[in-house]
Amino acid sequence: MSMFNKHAVLEKNSILLLVGILIVVAIGGLVEIVPLFYLKSTIEKVQGMRPYTPLELAGRNIYIREGCYLCHSQMIRPMRDEIERYGHYSLAAESMYDHPFQWGSKRTGPDLARVGNKYSDLWHVNHLIDPRSVVPESVMPGYPFLAKAELKVPDISADLKVNRFVGVPYTDEQIANAKADLMAQANPDDDNVDGLEERYPGVVIRDYDGDPDKVTEMDAMVAYLQMLGTLVDFSIYDDKADLR
Amino acid sequence: MAHTIKRLSVEEGLFAVFLTALAFACLAIAAKAVDGVMAFHATVGLIFSALGVFLIFNAYFKRPADVDETGYNLGPIKFASVAAMFWGIAGFLVGDIIAWQLTFPALNFDLEWTSFGRLRPLHTSAVIFAFGGNVLLATSFYVVQRTCHARLPGRVSPWFIILGYNAFIVIAGTGYLFGATQGKEYAEPEWYADLWLTIVWVAYLLVFLGTLWKRREPHIYVANWFYLAFIVTIAMLHLGNNISIPVSIYGIKSYQLFSGVQDALVQWWYGHNAVGFFLTAGFLAIMYYFIPKRADRPVYSYRLSIVHFWALIFLYIWAGPHHLHYTALPDWAQTLGMTFSIILWMPSWGGMINGLMTLSGAWDKLRTDPVLRMMVVSVAFYGMSTFEGPLMSVKAVNSLSHYTDWTIGHVHSGALGWVGYISFGALYCLIPWLWNRKKLYSDRLVEWHFWISTLGIVLYITSMWVSGIMQGLMWRAYDKLGFLEYSFIESVEAMHPFYMIRALGGLLFVLGSLIMAYNLWMTIKVGEKAEVDAADPSLVPAE
Repeated sequence: MSMFNKHAVLEKNSILLLVGILIVVAIGGLVEIVPLFYLKSTIEKVQGMRPYTPLELAGRNIYIREGCYLCHSQMIRPMRDEIERYGHYSLAAESMYDHPFQWGSKRTGPDLARVGNKYSDLWHVNHLIDPRSVVPESVMPGYPFLAKAELKVPDISADLKVNRFVGVPYTDEQIANAKADLMAQANPDDDNVDGLEERYPGVVIRDYDGDPDKVTEMDAMVAYLQMLGTLVDFSIYDDKADLR
Repeated sequence: MAHTIKRLSVEEGLFAVFLTALAFACLAIAAKAVDGVMAFHATVGLIFSALGVFLIFNAYFKRPADVDETGYNLGPIKFASVAAMFWGIAGFLVGDIIAWQLTFPALNFDLEWTSFGRLRPLHTSAVIFAFGGNVLLATSFYVVQRTCHARLPGRVSPWFIILGYNAFIVIAGTGYLFGATQGKEYAEPEWYADLWLTIVWVAYLLVFLGTLWKRREPHIYVANWFYLAFIVTIAMLHLGNNISIPVSIYGIKSYQLFSGVQDALVQWWYGHNAVGFFLTAGFLAIMYYFIPKRADRPVYSYRLSIVHFWALIFLYIWAGPHHLHYTALPDWAQTLGMTFSIILWMPSWGGMINGLMTLSGAWDKLRTDPVLRMMVVSVAFYGMSTFEGPLMSVKAVNSLSHYTDWTIGHVHSGALGWVGYISFGALYCLIPWLWNRKKLYSDRLVEWHFWISTLGIVLYITSMWVSGIMQGLMWRAYDKLGFLEYSFIESVEAMHPFYMIRALGGLLFVLGSLIMAYNLWMTIKVGEKAEVDAADPSLVPAE
């Protein structure tokens, strides 16, 4: 068999073998991944999507830090039961500002893609401090330390800058006011509230953790959870717009 | 004989300079760190690199001028074998702890560093990268030397790779506990740990290639094709999936370059091929050396190994999208992922057949050699999970199985059955060879290990099948009036007994690994010396 004899060439030359392997393993990834950067359905813009506010971004980073994605998905599939349980199926555009994505792979707990506005802030605070105080059968760990820890971000405007570098359209003004916006969103009495609302249309400003003395990690976490899936208004979303 | 003058080699000098520079860089970062974790990790980096410089000069001053460096280099392999055992037990144990946490959530203790979300990446990284990685490093360095009849190049490089890799494990593992994570499954280490791993991995590729270049055999042995594919593809995946921009070089936090759907597919292109190339190609290489060696039979079919090698590495890369069925990923990509996953069944079974049929004429050894039995059962598990995988990649099946414990069960039939058992088999072979022992301390203990952990695996995967399928069915169940029959929390409640069975199964697996560690330790401590030098330092072709 000639083919097998020819294979000896590769077996006798490590560089040829190496190059052969590289070519063979590169193909699949290139074919599947590259189109995602130009296809309309994967780069569509949907009305309502805006970058995270500094407080939401800080909350998202705590969500990542605590490994929430290991038990909670943020990706609703287009099946009847999922849509009835969690809401409209997730759009690609809804995670366009997510660096990294947090779709998850496991539902030890329920999907969180549209958990925003489903429960009260107080419910979230109680649930995060002691999950079994509100859901007796829950197996979720408690996170009481979030309520005690003051929110510490070394330099939130640097976080926004890096996000802009990787493609999130933060404006100069948003970056310049990041620190003030971070504090204002958890304090309705803050002087900066109007500016914050101007910079992030539809932003919800509340004392999320019910502790007016300080801005805690709990504030950030609940602010993030309460905005999940709330940006796109599905009563006006046209799901046929991107069909070809 | 002329008197030789002792010199510091160029390689030693370069490593010393590099590590000194690194120590100063770590010092600078530690001094200006903006968060506690970076301050800690930079200090660890400083200590490790300073230790590296010390080790280089210590070895230089201790060695005689005419040091004999003609035999095989076994020191780094010994270290990696022991490290594999240590990390294995740690990783299995953490896995079982988090299994109990899901059964009894009070075991999270409401503390940051003991909660499930932080321990789970510790478990996955410890078993895949720390245990599996050290097994791969140890066996690849052993196999490439033996099959090339050549010594690993370099005096410092092999040690740099082994110690540097384990330093990466320490940085990554402690990082998880303190909350340093990129938030991408199986790619959790932050940017600085990723950079360090890249340096170590390039060194690994060069040392591996360097040994191939020194070979005294015309052909590169089949196990080395698999090792090479594993090393270069993991390099490609690691670089592609970890493109992140640090907020500050003095802090741990970074943001991924890609976002949303693009990041999702890059992640699973990486994630699935971490399975395909780290946990499959690398361990197939182990199969291709250790099973023929132990059974004392040649590999069943040379042609089958060629066909299944190229088919396997070509097809695996395409299978990533099956992790994203029915998500916002475009349908065509999902369908491609599913199609290639199904085709992948064939080369996977090609490897299984090649491994199993190597026992032709030696099947009787299964009765007398528990180590060989362990490796053969591992290949059987490989066949089973590579059948289950394509099945689960079918979109209709996946609509039920995705997000459930079925996935967890599937992963563990591959991880415990295939990767675990082939690694155990390799370590049972390797330890007596490395320490020049006639045989293992006790074959009976191998029997105990085999049966206890097999029972553990069976409990694990059957409980996860039942709970996973039940979970999937409960989520989509409707009552007579057309309402969802179960709330989510009812499905959580229903999992409880199965989580208990799984945790017990895991405990048996941990127990088995402890028996193994004892057996291997006693083999090193009190084992009878082999008459012929098993390590064969003369480099004479032995086959």
